[in-house]
Amino acid sequence: MEREILDMRHTISALVLNQPGVLARVAGLFSGRGFNIESLCVAETLDPSVSRMTIVTRGNDQVIEQITKQLNKLVDIIKVVDFFGSEYVDREMILIKVTAESSSRAEILRITDIFRGKIVDVTPKSYTIEVSGDENKIRAIIDLLKPMGIKEVVRTGRVAISRGSKGI
Amino acid sequence: MKKTGAQILLESLQLEGVDTIFGFPGGAVIGIYDALLNSPIRHILVRHEQAAVHAADGYARSSGKVGVCLVTSGPGATNTVTGIATAYMDSIPVVVLTGQVSTGLIGNDAFQEADIMGITRPCTKHSYLVKDVKELARTIKEAFYIAGTGRPGPVLVDLPKDVIADSAEFNYPESVNMQSYNPTYRGHRGQIQKAFKLILKANRPLIYAGGGVISSDASEELTAFARTLSIPVTATLMGLGCFPGVDDLSLGMLGMHGTYRANMAVTNCDLLIAVGARFDDRVTGKIDGFAPNAKIIHIDIDPTSISKNIRVHIPIVGDAKDVLKKINKLIQEEKEDWTSIRREWLDQILKWKNTYPLAYEQKDVIKPQYVVEKIYEITKGDAIISTEVGQNQMWTAQYYHFTKPRTLLTSGGLGTMGYGFPAAIGAQIAFPEKTVIDIAGDGSIQMNIQELATVAQYNLPVKIAILNNRYLGMVRQWQGLFHNKRYSQTPLEVSPDFIKLAEAYGAVGLRATKPEEVVPTIEKALSISKAVIMDFVVEREEDVYPMVPVGAPLKEMLLV
Repeated sequence: MEREILDMRHTISALVLNQPGVLARVAGLFSGRGFNIESLCVAETLDPSVSRMTIVTRGNDQVIEQITKQLNKLVDIIKVVDFFGSEYVDREMILIKVTAESSSRAEILRITDIFRGKIVDVTPKSYTIEVSGDENKIRAIIDLLKPMGIKEVVRTGRVAISRGSKGI
Repeated sequence: MKKTGAQILLESLQLEGVDTIFGFPGGAVIGIYDALLNSPIRHILVRHEQAAVHAADGYARSSGKVGVCLVTSGPGATNTVTGIATAYMDSIPVVVLTGQVSTGLIGNDAFQEADIMGITRPCTKHSYLVKDVKELARTIKEAFYIAGTGRPGPVLVDLPKDVIADSAEFNYPESVNMQSYNPTYRGHRGQIQKAFKLILKANRPLIYAGGGVISSDASEELTAFARTLSIPVTATLMGLGCFPGVDDLSLGMLGMHGTYRANMAVTNCDLLIAVGARFDDRVTGKIDGFAPNAKIIHIDIDPTSISKNIRVHIPIVGDAKDVLKKINKLIQEEKEDWTSIRREWLDQILKWKNTYPLAYEQKDVIKPQYVVEKIYEITKGDAIISTEVGQNQMWTAQYYHFTKPRTLLTSGGLGTMGYGFPAAIGAQIAFPEKTVIDIAGDGSIQMNIQELATVAQYNLPVKIAILNNRYLGMVRQWQGLFHNKRYSQTPLEVSPDFIKLAEAYGAVGLRATKPEEVVPTIEKALSISKAVIMDFVVEREEDVYPMVPVGAPLKEMLLV
C-alpha cells in the first residue's frame, strides 16, 4: 500500500454542535499537534443547533488521517468529510479596495465585469469590489488589480460542498 | 418539588452509583459541601487537590468504576490539572467537579476565578460549564457516560456558584442521547476474519497487550486467546496484570526497560498482535527497529491510536473484549496442536530468557530489586501495588509479577511523581480489606507526602515502601549513562527522617538498612493495621537494566 508522503492541501468539512468552546477545541487540536490551518470558515446550518466548519489544511496522508480521526474524536463533532479526491465545488469571496483614479476607473470596471464581480462601494478615489470564485479566479483578479494599487483585501476563506444530489 | 443545584448534583451522583468522592472544600463549592452533610455519599477529605484527582483515579483503576472528585474554583481547580492530565494519558475514567465563580462574574478576573475549562481542554476527554441549573442533571449524566465509555478518560464539569444555589425540578435522564458521540464497540467482521487468517499462518506471533485490555475487562479473553494458540504475551507498563506474569507464555514488559526476551521477541516476530496499546515511544524505541519483520494487527477502541506512530496492516476498531471474543470463537474450529507448532519459537524465547534474565546481585547493601521481589513473595502477588515514577516504578514492573488486572496503579503516560501514594488511598477506599502498597522513591513520595494526614484521618492501612537511595534515581541514572556522571541537582541531600515523619502523622515508621532486615520489615508492616512507612536504605547508585537508550532500536539494549 503506497501512501502519499507529500504534503497535499485538503478541504475538510465538519458538522459540529453549535456551542461555545467548539471552535476552541478544534483550534486546540490543530495547534496542540502542530497541524496547520490555512483557512477556517464557520457558520450555522439550517439546523441552528449545528454549525458547519470548512477547514483547509495541508499535510501528508498520515497527518491528514490523524486530523480527520482527531476531529471525529471530539465529542462535539458530528461528522467529518475530507473532500480530497472527490468531486466538489469550493468558493471563496474576496472584498478588494482598489485605487481608482480617473485614468483607471474604466479598466477596473471592465475587469470587475469580466470576473462577474460587483462594485459595492465607490468613492472619487477608490472602488470596493466583491468577487467570489475558486482559488485561481481570486488569484487572477488580485494579479490584474495589483498594478492599479490595492489598498486592502479581505477574504472569507474557503467553503466547499460536494457535487451531486447527496448532502453530507 | 424543586431542588437546589447542590442537591441535584449529589442525587445525580448517587443515581450514577457513586458512594465515595474525594475532595477539598472552598468558597465556590460551599453550597455543595453543605448539602453533602445530608447526603449518604462519603467524602474523603484530602490535603491537596492534586491528591483528590489521583485518589479518584486510583479508585477507578482498581475498581473499574468512575472515580469522582470535587474541588473549589481557582487554585482548587488549577491544582487538579496534573491529576487530570495523568488520568487523560492513561485513559482513566474520572469525573472532576470544579467550583466556579457565579455566572455573572465569569471573565471578570474575580476572586478565585480560573478558566479551568480552557486550561484543561487539551487534557480532558470532554468538559462542561453548566450555566443553568436546569442543564445540571443532563450534564452529569453525559459526563459519566463519556468518562466511562469508549476510550475512557477524565471529564470536567465546571459548576458556577449561583447555578449550585439555584433551584429546578429534578428529573434524572434515563438515557443519554448524543448525536455526536458514539464509540465503536463491535469489531468489523471482515477485519476480524482477515486478522484470524493472518494469525493462523504466522510462525512467530507475539501479543503486545496494553492498558486497553484492562479497561475493557478483557483479561480472560486475552488469556484464553494466548493459551489456546500458544502465543507469547508481552505487556506494556499499563498492561501488566492483564495476563498472568507467572505464565510460561508471559515475557514481561517490553520497551525501554523491558526484558531482553520481550524486546528480542518483538524484533524477531513475524506477526505482532497489538491489543489496547498505542505504540508509545517508550515502548517502540526507534520506530524503524520496532517489529521490523512483522505484519501488525492492531485492536483498539480509539481510531486515533491506530496507525498514529506505526503503520499497521490490519486495523480493528472496537472493544478489546468484543474483538477477542469473536477471534476466540473462530479459533475453536481449528483443532491443531499449537504447542508443537510453536515449539521452535517458544524455545527461542526461552533461550533469550536464559541468556539475559532479569538479574541483580544482593550483597551487603540492600538492593532495591530485592525489596520489590520480597514484597511480591510475601504478598504472594495478592495486593494492589501503586508506584511513583522513576526507578521505583521500573523495578516494580520488572520484579513484581502481576497476575491479575487492576492490581498495578502507575502513571504510565504522563509519568507523574507523587501519583502513587494518593492513588493507593483511592484503592484502599475501594478495597478496605486488601493490602495496598505504594512502592516509592525518596524523591517522589515527598511530592504528596501531606496525604499522611488523610490516611490517619480515615484509618487507612496503606503501606509505603520507600526505596531510599537519596537520589532522584532515574535522572541520576541518565546523567550517569549519558552525561558523564555529572549529577546535576539529583542528589537529595536533605530529606526528612521518614520514621519520625510517619510518627508525626500518627502512622508507623520502620527502617531497614541491611538485607536481612528486609523480610522482617515487610512482614511486620503487613501485620500492622495502620499506615506504615517502610524506609529501605538501598544501594545508592543501582541502575535499572535492561535499558534501550532514547532513539535506539529495541534490540540494542544496555544489559548491565
